[in-house]
Amino acid sequence: MFAYLMKRLFQAIAVMFAISLISFAIQDNLGDPLRELVGQSVSEEVRQELRDELGLNDSFFKQYTRFAGKVLQGDLGTSYFFKEPALDVILKKLPATLELVLGATIIIIGVSVPLGVYTAIKPNSLFSKIVMGISIIGISIPVFLTAILMIFIFSVELRWLPSFGRGDVVHVFGPWSTNFATVDGWLHILLPSVALASIMLPLFIRLIRAEMMETLQSEYVRFAWAKGIRPKRIWFVHALKNTLLPVITVGGVQIGTMVAYTILTETVFQWPGMGFMFLEAVNRVDTPLIVAYLIVVGFIFVVTNTIVDLIYGLVNPTVNLSRMDA
Amino acid sequence: MPLLSVRDLVVKFAMRDETVTALKSISFDVARGDRLGIVGESGAGKSVTGFALLNLISRPGFIDSGEILFDGMNMADMSDAELREVRGNKMAMIFQDPMVTLNPVLTIGQQMVETLQAHRKLSRKEAEQIAVLKLREVYIPAPEERLAQYPHELSGGMRQRIIIAIALLLDPQLIIADEPTTALDVTIQADIMELLLELCTTKKVSLILITHDLGVVSQMTENTLVMYAGRIIEAGRTREIINDPQHPYTQGLINALPQQTLPGERLKQIPGNMPSLSAAPKGCAFNARCEFAQDRCRMEVPNFEQIGPVKVACHEVRRLHHETHKQEDLA
Repeated sequence: MFAYLMKRLFQAIAVMFAISLISFAIQDNLGDPLRELVGQSVSEEVRQELRDELGLNDSFFKQYTRFAGKVLQGDLGTSYFFKEPALDVILKKLPATLELVLGATIIIIGVSVPLGVYTAIKPNSLFSKIVMGISIIGISIPVFLTAILMIFIFSVELRWLPSFGRGDVVHVFGPWSTNFATVDGWLHILLPSVALASIMLPLFIRLIRAEMMETLQSEYVRFAWAKGIRPKRIWFVHALKNTLLPVITVGGVQIGTMVAYTILTETVFQWPGMGFMFLEAVNRVDTPLIVAYLIVVGFIFVVTNTIVDLIYGLVNPTVNLSRMDA
Repeated sequence: MPLLSVRDLVVKFAMRDETVTALKSISFDVARGDRLGIVGESGAGKSVTGFALLNLISRPGFIDSGEILFDGMNMADMSDAELREVRGNKMAMIFQDPMVTLNPVLTIGQQMVETLQAHRKLSRKEAEQIAVLKLREVYIPAPEERLAQYPHELSGGMRQRIIIAIALLLDPQLIIADEPTTALDVTIQADIMELLLELCTTKKVSLILITHDLGVVSQMTENTLVMYAGRIIEAGRTREIINDPQHPYTQGLINALPQQTLPGERLKQIPGNMPSLSAAPKGCAFNARCEFAQDRCRMEVPNFEQIGPVKVACHEVRRLHHETHKQEDLA
């Protein structure tokens, strides 16, 4: 177990190194930060002075080492716009995004497992064909269109659900305030979660269906039928458990990816999360904030993947984490 | 009344372009306590027969017509709930490859207990006690500890013993064993067969042994069916069939046994391959590979008729039978 964890940790560090290098490297191409800082009325000499002062004229290697050294101390630079540490800005926005991703994940799991299982068991039923048809359409519609359509139907026409913002949130601790404590909070998170879930949902239904169909063809499922086991037990114990093993691996990665997908959803719903913040940062050429965002998202991604691998090891009896060596 | 009586069973597979017939009207009986061997090459329809008996043919296959009378009931007309009552309870099956037959994510105990609980009202404790008892019967060492183990922790031979124990859990009247040793090490094959024979004789369980190995059939069974391209082509007492095969195909199978060949000599294999289901030749399906084939064999499907002590489907069999016996008389 220890050796396995060390190996994972080493991999995570390597991935984070690559992410930090790439995100740092692109910041030179994001426009001149001085333009944002000082405006147009400052002369070229003063600009050069400021460049020297900010270290922008140093070599790439020198700039990166300085940057990496600070990052290791938890300093991801200072946002030009907010004039405060970029990490603090992001951490303030993080809970909103994580709650949105959590809401979408619950919807995805709650909907894709039953639908995937059903369409695998009864592939020829009308309902299955409808589900598969809709899922193809769902894959092809971009999230901003789904989101705007939902706002139009449920907020503008039916007036059932609010169209923007987080509504009534309850402060929990630190920067974290939750949507899940009030009815108003629930109503506000519903549409954005569904919109965010809509990107991954068709993929998950199809993935679960395909895996489930393959599992249902396996010898051990056939043997379970030959033993006279009830269909429900065969589907939900014998087949589903084996189906979920590969789904966990792929699904975990996708849920990590969803953190990045929040950019569009949050923008449409004016959701005060870090995706919305990122888009604003891009508009303002707030380079430190952009770089910090990329690093934080990369970090979340690495952490989710590691957790997913650990869960996989716990669920799959043929993987023995305690005996897994590097 | 025999325990199992199959009448004119036809099994078809609905493929994309055509429907092919895998079993072309087969009929046979199994008496209580009797052991029947079904032999033939791959693709002859042996396994399909086995699965058809449990009404477990997987899509796109289906039972087209015929009767499977088991203990007086017709399996082909049963509802799903009635079939479930029979499966694993009165009629159990042992699969070919023990490496893939057990569910990898469930413990041996779970897979045994669920089988018992599917057919009888038992607590988990009671079911586990029965499971341990059955594991002991198949000579599994430390059976109590096995219950908590997963299949991947056990060897192939051990797993096949456990599968046999699962088949025996509810004291079935009939066990269908579909090539139970082909996936196993040669040294273990004999052990498994011996175990199966011992259990069937002491418990008076009927056995249908599906295999391509005539040697095994001669040691294990009283009666034998030889199948070719979805038909039974020879049936009778195993001793008669082994000692005096009538059908040229059965003769070919016996001549192909390594025991029939001197060391260093080439095995006497039957030339050619079994035709695929969709490309079976007209007349007798064996005609293209048969050294005795006449025009008639290429036109008409031979009847399945009694020749001496066995039943055979071959146009030329009377003449051949006559000639061989004449030669024997001369000798």
